[in-house]
Amino acid sequence: MNSDQETFNINESPELTSRVLTDASASGPVIAFFTSAVFWLLIGTVFGLIASIKFNFPDWLGSIPALTFGRVRPAHLNAVIYGWASMAIAGCYVWLTARLCRTEVGWPRLLYISVLLWNMGVLYGIISILGGHTQGMEWLEFPRIAVYLITPAAVSLSLSILRTFHARQVKHIYVSLWYVLASVVWFPILYLIANLPFYSGVTQAAANWWYAHNLLTVWVTPAGLAAAYYFIPKVIGRPIHSYYLSLLGFWTFALFYNWNGIHHLVGGPLPTWLISTSIVASVLMFIPVITVAINHHLTMIGHFKKLKYSPTLRFVVFGAMCYTAVSFQGSIEALRSFSEVSHFTHYTIGHAHLGLYAFFTMILFGAIYYIMPRLVKWEWPYPVLIKFHFWFVALGIALYVVSLTIGGILQGFYMNDASQPFIESVNITKPYLLARSIAGVLILIGHLFFIYIFTLMVTRKGAIRLTPPWREEPEAATR
Amino acid sequence: MMYIRASIFFLGVLATLFLGWAGLTMIPGLQIREIKPASALKPYKDQQLRGRAIYIREGCIYCHSQQTRPEGFGADQKRGWGRPSVPGDYVYDKPHLLGTMRTGPDLFNIAARQPSEDWHLIHLYDPRATSPGSIMPPYPWLFKEDEVFSKEVYAAKGERVVPVPEEFAPEGKVIIATHEALDLVAYLVSLNHTYSIEQKVNNNE
Repeated sequence: MNSDQETFNINESPELTSRVLTDASASGPVIAFFTSAVFWLLIGTVFGLIASIKFNFPDWLGSIPALTFGRVRPAHLNAVIYGWASMAIAGCYVWLTARLCRTEVGWPRLLYISVLLWNMGVLYGIISILGGHTQGMEWLEFPRIAVYLITPAAVSLSLSILRTFHARQVKHIYVSLWYVLASVVWFPILYLIANLPFYSGVTQAAANWWYAHNLLTVWVTPAGLAAAYYFIPKVIGRPIHSYYLSLLGFWTFALFYNWNGIHHLVGGPLPTWLISTSIVASVLMFIPVITVAINHHLTMIGHFKKLKYSPTLRFVVFGAMCYTAVSFQGSIEALRSFSEVSHFTHYTIGHAHLGLYAFFTMILFGAIYYIMPRLVKWEWPYPVLIKFHFWFVALGIALYVVSLTIGGILQGFYMNDASQPFIESVNITKPYLLARSIAGVLILIGHLFFIYIFTLMVTRKGAIRLTPPWREEPEAATR
Repeated sequence: MMYIRASIFFLGVLATLFLGWAGLTMIPGLQIREIKPASALKPYKDQQLRGRAIYIREGCIYCHSQQTRPEGFGADQKRGWGRPSVPGDYVYDKPHLLGTMRTGPDLFNIAARQPSEDWHLIHLYDPRATSPGSIMPPYPWLFKEDEVFSKEVYAAKGERVVPVPEEFAPEGKVIIATHEALDLVAYLVSLNHTYSIEQKVNNNE
């Protein structure tokens, strides 16, 4: 495909050779997944911003049915979850698995089928929601046809990754790979079970929230953690602090996180034992979260000044810290006394964005900044735009979370005070909702910088890379 | 040795997922299946079901819950939003519309608080015409504008004129409710679960 490989002497070590071959085999599918993901990120961000501005100006675009709040909001969620997040995860998993197994990507054609079906599914789903066709449940809005497109896409991805794993050339299985393998086994099963038409009434509510929270358990969080476990040691060039902590962290994560979902229905019409189970499991999440936090922190310690030089490290460490923050917040939020105030308010939306954006999306940005140059053999043009990207989205998400956290708590206090008319719980949030829209604008601007340099990268425009990236990788950091 | 370890890993991974599924949906499903619908609860009529479909289509769920909290947990009881809801209130609901957000008020018993069809029609046409300060979006596509005729003309055509206050209506026009608006309002004014229930199911202590 490209003669660069001969230009540089890559036979210096067998490890380098394997990396080059691995990256060459991953290149096509991973670029396809990342490009799709970035496209849906833009669409999702625009929908999110429209939905946010509608809180400030409820009559804006008020006569267009497809752009009413109740359709744009699920379009935002589904575009960022099934478009951006899922396809960024897919690209990241394919590359990570091949790298960690030191082998070429297995069944690459399946991955092209996957990326095609995935895009068709998301496109069909989003258009359906805007047209008013929805299954009507949060996180499960996509109509059947979209589900029938996305399920085989997910299965194809999983098969390819398991095939790569089967052909592995290493004995030791690094912790990132545990999360990837668990994730690709879990996700298609979860997605299919949740879309079964068995449920109704409050059982359906339980199944709905078991699914919605488990999508974080089986798909979003493992991806963020797998990437953090890989890139932090990789970039700073030292092994992860403790293997046994990683082991403890993984299994407690798998055991407890699968039981969290019903904390979304605290105070609702479901059996008390059921809600209590999820609250207990949510509090137990402190164990895997603290384990991961200690492990990452002890790996990073003494190397924080490297944050200045490596964009990957800056994004990933920002995300890893937010993982600790959002998990602590989530455990506390599940408690009845706290939920009494925060449930039904914008506080929850702030929490969701701390998780899905400040933790997950930031880490995936870091991963893309690391992986892309190795696939297109081209350096990121305009490093200053990477800085702009980071600071716009970092400040944007900080403003976002802080404003909705304060606004949500106030909303909860007013809602729970029967001496206040209900409308006061709306009025009190208005300045905070305006701040949220400003945060959304900052995030969109950050994304535009990112999308601009990403496009230059894929089309190989901008500055020419002088040294091949694989020479700069510290040796064997992920052993 | 490698294969055994990998097998144990994948079995463990599958077990954690299925245990959670069984514990959080299957077992409560079996328990809830035993619960009979509250005797005063009626299945939805056709028009109400059509209205419910519009409620789903327009995404009302993203701002309105349909579940009332018990005494001592939030202010639902003090606000008079109706007794705490129980699983038996939801047996005819598919998809469920419990909701997780209260940007607007809970609607589980909205018909008991606001039974007026006209109020709901005006509110859907322009929320700020009935509720100053509201940030709810308007739904003008559920309505059509018409020239001003006499009441008898509309009555003869079988059309429902919405009494929108003058300052919120377009000049020289009247607002007519479409079938969709009437269906949605039929659903909203059916949302009344204030009937008393036989067994006391205490969900939260």
